[in-house]
Amino acid sequence: MSIWINEKTKVLVQGITGSQGTFHGTRMVEYGTNIVGGVTPGKGGQVVELPGRSVPVFETMSEAVSSTGADASVIYVPARFAAPAIIEAADSFHELNEGGLIVCITEGIPILDMVKVVSHLEKRPGVRLIGPNCPGIISPGFDGGCKIGIMPGYIHEKGRIGIISKSGTLTYEAVAQTMSVGEGQTTCVGIGGDPVNGTGFIECLEAFENDPETEAVVMIGEIGGSAEEEAAEWSKTNFSKPIVGFVAGATAPPGKRMGHAGAIISGGKGTAEEKFAAFEAAGIHIARDPSKIGEALVSALVEAGLRES
Amino acid sequence: MFRESGVSVQRGVHCTTVEQALSAYDSLGSDVVAVKSQIHAGGRGKGDLFSLDSGELVMQGGVKVAFSREEVGDFASNILGHRLVTKQTGPSGKIVSNLYVESGCDIAHEYYLALLVDREEDAILIMASTEGGVDIEEVAETSPEAIHKAWFEPSEGLPEDIANSLGVSLGLSGNSLSSFSEMIGSLASMFVEKDCSMIEINPLVRTGDGPMVALDAKVSFDENAEFRHPWRDGLRDLSEESDVELRANEHGLSYVDLEGNIGCLVNGAGLAMATMDVIKLYGGEPANFLDIGGGADSESITAAFEIILEDSRLEGILVNIFGGIIRCDMVARSIIEASEETGLKIPLVVRFSGTNHEEGRKVLEDSDLDVITVSTLGDAGEAIVNAIGGPSS
Repeated sequence: MSIWINEKTKVLVQGITGSQGTFHGTRMVEYGTNIVGGVTPGKGGQVVELPGRSVPVFETMSEAVSSTGADASVIYVPARFAAPAIIEAADSFHELNEGGLIVCITEGIPILDMVKVVSHLEKRPGVRLIGPNCPGIISPGFDGGCKIGIMPGYIHEKGRIGIISKSGTLTYEAVAQTMSVGEGQTTCVGIGGDPVNGTGFIECLEAFENDPETEAVVMIGEIGGSAEEEAAEWSKTNFSKPIVGFVAGATAPPGKRMGHAGAIISGGKGTAEEKFAAFEAAGIHIARDPSKIGEALVSALVEAGLRES
Repeated sequence: MFRESGVSVQRGVHCTTVEQALSAYDSLGSDVVAVKSQIHAGGRGKGDLFSLDSGELVMQGGVKVAFSREEVGDFASNILGHRLVTKQTGPSGKIVSNLYVESGCDIAHEYYLALLVDREEDAILIMASTEGGVDIEEVAETSPEAIHKAWFEPSEGLPEDIANSLGVSLGLSGNSLSSFSEMIGSLASMFVEKDCSMIEINPLVRTGDGPMVALDAKVSFDENAEFRHPWRDGLRDLSEESDVELRANEHGLSYVDLEGNIGCLVNGAGLAMATMDVIKLYGGEPANFLDIGGGADSESITAAFEIILEDSRLEGILVNIFGGIIRCDMVARSIIEASEETGLKIPLVVRFSGTNHEEGRKVLEDSDLDVITVSTLGDAGEAIVNAIGGPSS
């Protein structure tokens, strides 16, 4: 099992005829993702060749969803078009399927656009948004799997660890370290580094709690906001499996945006120190050294009786 | 901008010379005027001005009230061309080249007002306090009950009843209350229309006659919304921005200057922060945050190298790449090229993982470049700290 996606998930690519859409569409199909079509306004009726399959391009998301029965979409459109693309996908999934998963990879969406998107999504409870500004979500299978995003698929392997992260390459780092101690993943979710976004840590933890195959979780946060503190607090009473936590940015100076729009310590709030303290208070196994996430995972598993040594 | 948006502000004139400040005083026709330093940082009223040459204290306070033409001249010459150090500028301060001379105002009470995006509530937050003209962070710490809050959705605008009840909670009534409601209504529309990320009015003043006036303000814009607002370029004062951070942006790099001596070049913001953290944990000090981004190519990597090498404090460089879309062998070739171009003379540690990491490592090892290659993040931190002579303290 995995959370939210598996090999059967039918995926649409919004922006499929663009260079990013075609490039990553190809990589996703190679990994095993079931891409059933794409959407590019003005290019409806065309066909895009992906490895081993030709997929139709639709003019709108509602045509695409009703023709293919898709239950997920991934967005690779430029920032200025991304919020309307999310809203179009949300409306189509809500009206035609009563729900669906939207993964938005795009970086640099205006924050007020995202505030509007989030309030739009609140009225469509069956629709889940992951991102924006994220690497996407991946559930490795025994042979292939489902990858909706831009992460290098081959570094993953099916296993029992759930991974949640605000970062892209730091997620790959966490994956590589879990692999180096012989642990694979159920699902890895990159929730993104924007201050206002879709799915957060708590919703991921809730899904991992309910997934019988996930036995432990690695949670990677970063400076800015208080999502890590809230997740830690929530996990005290609602999460029964071991969690390993790391927070990037202990050395970041206050008031400076560290690459990600949301990664900023403002008014003395959102420091790595506060987040590590909240993790510790919630009984989360912390790795202060990001090169020791794998080691921390092993000791967490051993302590929970899930591993010999 | 405030006036255009319907927010009541004092009349004032922007000046860059003492002569302009004097004629501004003449033209405003007000006996009392405020002479204000204009820099991109807060805490100006409580800041100190220092001479650039001697470093001596010239004047205390970057915002002054002048009661005569002579005083305007004195304050303007004490401010212009001097270094203003405030709580927010850091010890190096900022050189003041702009002034604002504003007509005086009959102040009955000072308030604080701010609008910003609340990332936890996914809405726009309005914060108001009866304690204006002071540091709001201090108020938040010492008397949080003095700060009143309200939220609104950008797509719905600010409902009038919310504006009114916020005014009432500040103890306003009569024409002060109606003037306050009108002002925050205008500010709310301006916030959304202009894609602001923060508007802070401090102080917001209730005048003797009742109406509210915004005496001083700071505005930040959401850079992601630049494409909707080409007019913003005209507001930009490039002398206020860091040259190296600007150049990095032009190459699609994200750069932040730090205090240490180990230069970092990393792909991805989270991994770049984690790399800094590792350097520190192994006893070193990172000199910068540098994320080359997901779409980096040979040109931007060369630019990144050049930018970090400009730093004269640098004693070593750590490159940390987790290849995904970016291939490590491409990065390796770019490193060799950039090192040859810049004549690299300090230790270089390269950690490759992910896509084509073995090929990348081989490219480096087969080259003439003096480079230490490692494969894990921990080894990278240890190797660079040892390469520059061990932990700093």
